[in-house]
Amino acid sequence: MLIHLSSPHIHGGDSIRSQMMSVIWALMPAACVSVYMFGWLAVFQISSCMLACLATEWLTLKWMGRSTSPLGDASAALTGLLLALTLPALTPWWMTILGGIFAIGLGKQVYGGLGYNPFNPALSARIILLISFPLQMTTWVIPLHVQLSGLNLYDISLAWTLFTSGIAALPQAVDAMTMASPLGYVKTAWTQGIDVNTALQSYDYSYLNAFIGREAGSLGETSALALLLGGIYLLARHTITWHIPASFLATVAVLAAIASTVDPNHYTPPLFHLLAGGLMLCVFFMATDPVSSPVTPVGQIVFGVGCGIITWSIRTWGGYPEGAMFAVVLMNCTVPIIDHYCRPKVYGQARKKV
Amino acid sequence: MIKHFFKKLGFSQAPFAGGIQPNMRKETEHSPIEVCPLPPLLIMPIKQHIGQACSPLVAVGDHVLRGQKIAKAEGYVSVPIHAPTSGQVIKIEDYAIPHPSGMGLTSIFIEPDGLDERDETLKPIEDWQHTDVSALRERVRMCGIAGLGGAAFPTFIKLVQDQRNPIETVILNGIECEPFLTNDHRLMVEHSQEIVLGMQIIMHMVGAKQGIIAIEDNKSDAIECMKKAVNHDDMGLDIQVLSLPTRYPQGSEKQLIEAITGKQVPMGKLPMHVGVLCQNIGTTHAIYEAVILGYPLTERVVTISGDAVPQQGNMLVRLGTSMRFIYAQRGLTDFDGLQILHGGPMMGERLRHPDIPVIKSSTGLLALSQDFFREAHPEEEPCIRCGHCSEACPIRLTPNLLADHCRNEQLEKAADYHLFDCIECGACSYVCPSHIPLVHYFRFGKGQAAQVRREQNFAEASRQRSEFRDTRIQREKDEKAAKRRKVRATHTPTEPNQGKE
Repeated sequence: MLIHLSSPHIHGGDSIRSQMMSVIWALMPAACVSVYMFGWLAVFQISSCMLACLATEWLTLKWMGRSTSPLGDASAALTGLLLALTLPALTPWWMTILGGIFAIGLGKQVYGGLGYNPFNPALSARIILLISFPLQMTTWVIPLHVQLSGLNLYDISLAWTLFTSGIAALPQAVDAMTMASPLGYVKTAWTQGIDVNTALQSYDYSYLNAFIGREAGSLGETSALALLLGGIYLLARHTITWHIPASFLATVAVLAAIASTVDPNHYTPPLFHLLAGGLMLCVFFMATDPVSSPVTPVGQIVFGVGCGIITWSIRTWGGYPEGAMFAVVLMNCTVPIIDHYCRPKVYGQARKKV
Repeated sequence: MIKHFFKKLGFSQAPFAGGIQPNMRKETEHSPIEVCPLPPLLIMPIKQHIGQACSPLVAVGDHVLRGQKIAKAEGYVSVPIHAPTSGQVIKIEDYAIPHPSGMGLTSIFIEPDGLDERDETLKPIEDWQHTDVSALRERVRMCGIAGLGGAAFPTFIKLVQDQRNPIETVILNGIECEPFLTNDHRLMVEHSQEIVLGMQIIMHMVGAKQGIIAIEDNKSDAIECMKKAVNHDDMGLDIQVLSLPTRYPQGSEKQLIEAITGKQVPMGKLPMHVGVLCQNIGTTHAIYEAVILGYPLTERVVTISGDAVPQQGNMLVRLGTSMRFIYAQRGLTDFDGLQILHGGPMMGERLRHPDIPVIKSSTGLLALSQDFFREAHPEEEPCIRCGHCSEACPIRLTPNLLADHCRNEQLEKAADYHLFDCIECGACSYVCPSHIPLVHYFRFGKGQAAQVRREQNFAEASRQRSEFRDTRIQREKDEKAAKRRKVRATHTPTEPNQGKE
């Protein structure tokens, strides 16, 4: 045993595991909503993705001849859960598992494992999947429509068929249960010259549905309410600080507010932006990933503002309807330089003369 | 403005940046100070303060009295050492001092004669209000007083009146933010009158108009006692007792100044540059004894605590008493598998064995069981950049980035990240979920930097030496050549010689 002679001789009792577990607990409301909305399909997606991540972590550690003890720190399980929650409910099983392998293998272990990955592993896997399989990754199931179409996702055998054979098993059902996400719909409408309000009306969009999670979207991204609850829990537990979420959300809201005031027919309102797509999940769980975000408070605000600007820009002018995940990964690249230039003024340091 | 608004709402509870709230474990806070019996042997190392070591004044076989000077100060940053009791000097040789390395230092061994006779040469200064300030300062120096809060910086150096930096406020540091330690707490409860008197002496010495006794709110009885003592006093000085929220490391001088005055001591400056002087409770009590009673510093209050100590408590211990003897007084004799700490658990040193004497900086003696320790020191894991260390740092460093630079020995970068501003309070290591011994890396970095500086100085010195040698040789050559030319000039060369050449 190493003899520690250096003070301090006591410790607060925090551990990587406790940090990761608190994030997993914070994701529980969103996971529960996804199970409520998508039934067994959500259970299969989440568990297979988590298992894929854990297995990849174990295999890569074994392969590199390292200790497999990091498996116990729950970070791989958390990555699996996060990734699963960003996937559409009808993602084929092999894609989910591939995603898990990408996340841990290419997102984390190639860089040296936990603590060394420059990008958020779950988001990088999600981006690889989106670019590789655009069709499957944008086939959204609308929870409301599932019930209307007579398909019961609480039926375990039906859910298993959908999970294993994919959409091909029930082609006639697919049209009934899938739809573009609000973001995608509005973007398509916009390119066709339809103004925002008409588009939202024809989509039958409701802020309340978006808030509680009844609009089309990925498993865990639909309910802003559940994600907010998780975010508040993380803030209360002091696992994350307010800097990134607040600056990220505020930037998106402010940009959207300015644009929609100037031209309400062209630009969607701020509340629509805040509730849409993967923003809430990215804000509270992806952008705040400690490893790939800045350490200093000022740096975190810069990071959050950057994420907000890129998110809104991609949503408004980009080729993809959703930009939050690209924003976070792009800002991940800038973290070392942000950290270097945003160091806080230390005790007794004189203000720099301009 | 905004800060003020939040303060009004009760939001701003953070008196200084960062900080942590560890489990304080002040289990000895209600144990009165007991007098530790005289041990069979007293061992006085010749350096018990920050600064230069003393040189012994006594020889083997000499009989000494309690309070007699046995080693004299060398240089300015130094204070003399006095015999803790009457007895005979039996040997002077190297002995282990409280240091994690277990290193030794010249020590004077005194065998007590049991009479405990005092040296009466120093007379009490009863009329201190009308005594010259420099005489009081000399008294504090002569009595060997060094900061008893743990740093042991010679106290007299801080007690000056500087026209350019007048001291307006004297802050009495009753924070005692280290877990386990309660020696200052007990002193405040049991000797509040003496401490207030000591504070008045300090205020008189530095010419301060305002006095603040700062105590954390987890010591409500001490706050009450000090308030009573201040009210009882009739000196007419402006002294107030201030209760501060409990938070580590508030007892650190600069953090305390920030918490009370809102001012930061500028980098490279001293508290007196913002008009403040901080004094520790124990030190203030020692100043009272030195001036009013004429007693040199020969004893101090030590907290004996930790989960392995059967009877935890506070004791008035003679300097030079072996720690093993003190632990035995509290029922602890078997040290198998225990960890012994000198000082608090946040900044104290771990000792290799208990056969080490108590010195002026010994605030506490802790004995912790193996379980307690293993809990505190699991394996180091990779940094997940959670930033908890930055939040906890009272200096606002970015400890995880700084530790990286130290580990990779990028010393210039480490200095750019303010390595030398780290006060080693340990708050960052305490909160780190990856159990990275951050402070350890900072100490390593500081040590490496010091080594590099030494080498640079050495290289610079040898470069100068060699340059000097080169110029000397050149000069000698030139001189020789000049001489030769001179000789040649006087003896006019002959024709054949020229032809030969």
